[in-house]
Amino acid sequence: MPAFTKLQRIQNNQLAFIVCAFFALILMLWISFDNIIWSGSWIYILLLLSLSITGYAWNQYRNEHPGIKNNGTWFSGLTSRSWSAWLTAIALTCFYVLLYWWPEYLGLRPQGNTGLIAIFDPLSYLLKKQPASQWFVYGVFYTLFILFFGLKFIWKYRHNAYQRIRTISVMFFQLFFAFLIPEWMLRMNLPYNDLKNMWPLNYYFFDAWNIESFKNSGSIGWFFLVFGLLMIFVISPLLTYFFGKRWYCSWVCGCGALAETAGDPFRHLSDKSANSWKLERLLIYPILFLVIIMTIGVLYTYKTGQPELLGMSTSALRKYYGFFIGSAFSGVIGVGFYPLLGSRVWCRFGCPMAAILGIQQKLFSRFRITTNGGQCISCGNCSTYCEMGIDVRAYAQEGKNIVRASCVGCGVCAAVCPRGVLKLENGPEGGRLTESVISNS
Amino acid sequence: MVKTLIIGNGVAGISCARSLRRFTDDPIAIISDESDFFFSRTALMYVYMGHMRWQDLEPYERKYWQKNKLDLIRAKIVSFDFQNRQVISEDGNKYGYDRLVLALGSVPNKFGWPGEELDGVSGFYSKQDLERIEEKSSLIKRAVIVGGGLIGIELAEMFHSRNIPVTMLVRESEYWSSVLPNDEAAMISAHIRNRKIDLRLETKLKSIRGEDGKVKSIVLDAGEELECDFVGITAGVRPHIDLLKGTPLSTDRGILVNEFLETNIPEVYAIGDCAQLTSVRIDRKAVEAIWYSARKMGNALAANLAGIKTPYDPGIWFNSAKFFDLEYQVYGTVPNKIEFPLDSIFWKAPQDEKSIRLVYDTTTNEIAGFNLLGVRFRQEVCHKWISGKSKISDVLSDIRLAFFDPEFFPDYAPELLESFKQKTGHNIQLRSSGKLNSILQFLKS
Repeated sequence: MPAFTKLQRIQNNQLAFIVCAFFALILMLWISFDNIIWSGSWIYILLLLSLSITGYAWNQYRNEHPGIKNNGTWFSGLTSRSWSAWLTAIALTCFYVLLYWWPEYLGLRPQGNTGLIAIFDPLSYLLKKQPASQWFVYGVFYTLFILFFGLKFIWKYRHNAYQRIRTISVMFFQLFFAFLIPEWMLRMNLPYNDLKNMWPLNYYFFDAWNIESFKNSGSIGWFFLVFGLLMIFVISPLLTYFFGKRWYCSWVCGCGALAETAGDPFRHLSDKSANSWKLERLLIYPILFLVIIMTIGVLYTYKTGQPELLGMSTSALRKYYGFFIGSAFSGVIGVGFYPLLGSRVWCRFGCPMAAILGIQQKLFSRFRITTNGGQCISCGNCSTYCEMGIDVRAYAQEGKNIVRASCVGCGVCAAVCPRGVLKLENGPEGGRLTESVISNS
Repeated sequence: MVKTLIIGNGVAGISCARSLRRFTDDPIAIISDESDFFFSRTALMYVYMGHMRWQDLEPYERKYWQKNKLDLIRAKIVSFDFQNRQVISEDGNKYGYDRLVLALGSVPNKFGWPGEELDGVSGFYSKQDLERIEEKSSLIKRAVIVGGGLIGIELAEMFHSRNIPVTMLVRESEYWSSVLPNDEAAMISAHIRNRKIDLRLETKLKSIRGEDGKVKSIVLDAGEELECDFVGITAGVRPHIDLLKGTPLSTDRGILVNEFLETNIPEVYAIGDCAQLTSVRIDRKAVEAIWYSARKMGNALAANLAGIKTPYDPGIWFNSAKFFDLEYQVYGTVPNKIEFPLDSIFWKAPQDEKSIRLVYDTTTNEIAGFNLLGVRFRQEVCHKWISGKSKISDVLSDIRLAFFDPEFFPDYAPELLESFKQKTGHNIQLRSSGKLNSILQFLKS
C-alpha cells in the first residue's frame, strides 16, 4: 500500500494547535517558577485558552457542509499516533503527574500560592473565598476544555440532533454540578459535593471523613447522604433500565464529558481486537471487586474502629486504590494517553461505575442499538469510530442488535454510518438479545 | 472429503466460505490475486479519505481464517481445466478441486474511447485501483470523472476531500436520472454542485488526449477540451469473465447460472457480480452488482453445497448509498419514470435536503416502494408493507413505524400526510407513535 498523502490544510491546523499547546505549557511552567503574577491575569489565560480552542474549531469547520467530516483523520499526525501525538501524550501525562503528586511545582504553597496556582487565587476567592488549590485550577481547565471542545463537537456534528443535545447536557452538568455548585457550597460553609458523582466512581463516598462531613452539616448534609445512596441503589438502576448506561456515561459523567469533547478527535484509536475485549473484562471487573472490598473495609473500620479486616489494613487498601486506580489510572493514563489509546481508556478498562452500569445494561435494560435489516455494507466506519472499542460492524453485518455492557450510547456509530444502518433505541427488554426480523443471509 | 475451491475473496466468495464452514469440516480454499485478506470493497473510498486505515476495511480479524481452516491463497488464476478439475495460476501452479465456486467479480466498463489506455486513466473498483489513484494524487491538478453512477460520485468525493478540483461528466439530464425520479436526481445534482464539483450534465466524453503516454486533456462531444491529469472511468461494471471465453462454461454477459447457482458444468458454480441468472424475476436484473446480492448468493450456494436445496431469492429490492452528505435508501419498486398504474406521493422538506417518495399502485392502492433522501427508514417495516401488499392509506397512518432517524430528529409524518391530502383529497389520521414496542408488535403481527 502506498503511504496515503497528507492533507496540507489539516497539517497546518494541527501545527498551529501543537504550537499553541506547547507555548501554553511553557508559559505555565515559567510562571510557576518565577513569581510573576498580576491580578486578573487568570482572565487573560482563560481568554487565550477559549479563543485558541474556538478559533481552531472555527478554522476547521467554517467551510465544511454539515455532515460527518472525518477526512484526513488517519493522515493527521496528532490523530494517528505520530510524534506529535506522543509529544502531546507526554505533555499531558507530565501535567497530571505534577498535579497529583508534585503540585508545589505548579505553585501550591501553604504560606501563599505562587505560579500557576496563584494566578487562579483571585478567581477562587471570587467563587469560594479561599485560595486556589491545584484541584481548583484543574477544575477550571477541565470545565473550560469541556465547554470549548464541546462547542467544537457541536460544530462538527451540527447535523445531528442527538449529538447536539447530548453535548449540551454534558457541558451543563460539568459547569454547574461538577464545578460551580460544589464551589458555591464551600463558600456557604457546606460540604463540597458533586451530586451527579456516584460511588464507586466517587470512591471516597463511604470514607469516614466524607460521611462525618455530611452528618455534621445538618439537613443538607443528610440530604446529600441519602441522595447519594438513592443514586446508587435506586435512581441509577432505574435510569439504566429505561435508557441504558448512556444516561450517565455520555450525558452526565465528567470523565465521559471530557472524553466526548476534548477526546473526540482520538476516538478511532481505541483497539477493536478480540484480545482488547478480553483485557477489558480482565481489568474492569476486578477493579469493581477491589472497590467493593475497599469500601466494605473502610465502612468496617468506621463502624467498629478496627483498623484491619481479615488481616488487611483498610486504610492501606484505601491508599493503594486511591493511588493506582483513582489517580494513576483514571487521570494519568485515562486522559494522558488520549492521543495514543483513544479517549475512553479509563471508561473502558478501569471505571468501576461503568462496570456496574454495564452489568445492569446487559442484564436488564430497554436500551439496544438496532441494525437496519440487510443494509449494512460492512464498511467499518462504525467500528472505527467506536470509542469503546466495540466491533459494531461484526453485529451490524449480521443484522443483530448491539447489546454490550461497555456501550456508552454516544451514538457516533449511527452518525458515521453512511447507510443509516444503526439506531439507538429503548424498547421492550424481552427479546432484545435475539430480535432480528429480516434474516441477513 | 470434498475439496471446495473458491476463486475470488470478495463478499460473495467469503460469504459462501464462511457459511459453508458452518455445515462441514471439509477443506475450503479461497484464491485471490487482489488482496491477502477479505476487505470491504464498498469502503475503499474511506481509506483514501483518511477515515480508516486499510486494516479497518477487513471485517474479520486476520487470525479468523486460520482458526476456521479457511485456506487463503494469493494467486492469479489464468486458465481453467474443467476436464481435470483444476485451475492454473500465472506462475504455473495447479489447484485441484472437487467443487469450484467462481466469484470473480466485475471489471469497469470501457467503451473504446480514444486514449483510454493512457497512464492516468483508471476505473475505481479494486485495491490496485485505489493504490494507483493514491500514487497519482499528489500530482493531480484536475480530475475528470466519466459516468454518473455510485462509483463516480465516490471518486468525486474522494478527490474533493483532498482539495483536487473535479469535473464530472454525466450523460443524463440530471445525476443518475436513469435510476432516480427527476425530483430526487435534481436534488442530488444540486447537492453535488453545492460541493463545488463541476458537474456537466448531458455531456459525453469524445476522447482522451495524452502526452508522453500520460493524460493531458479530454475532449467533450461538443468539442470543448478540458485540461486534466486524471480520468476516472466509472461508467458501470461488467462481469469479470474474459478468461472464461472459449471454455465449455456457458456465458453470456456473465456466467450463466440457474436459481441454485449451478453452471452448465457439474460441480462448478458462480456467484456474485460475475453470475448471470437464467431465470430472473420480472422486477430484477439478471446481473446485479450489489453488495448484498453477492452476500445472499454466497449464503444460498453454501446451503446448496451442504445438500440443503436452496434457491437464490433476491428478496424485495433495496439499496442505499451516500452522495457526499446526503443519504439515500430505496425499498421496493421505484422506477425513474413513474407511470400508470403506479403513482407516487412526494414530500420534500422546505429547508433541509430531505425527501420521501411513496410509490403505490393506483388500481389497487397497494404500496410498491419507498425512495428516501436524507431520511432513514426501517427496512423490516417497509419489507413487511410491500410483501404484505399494504394499502397506501394504512402505510401512511402507520408511517412512524418506519422512521429510523436518530432520536430527537424532526417528525415529518404530518407533512407527509398533508402531501397525500393535497394530492388525493383524502384525510388520514396518524395512528402509531413510532415507539419500538409498537414497531416490534407490528413486525410480529
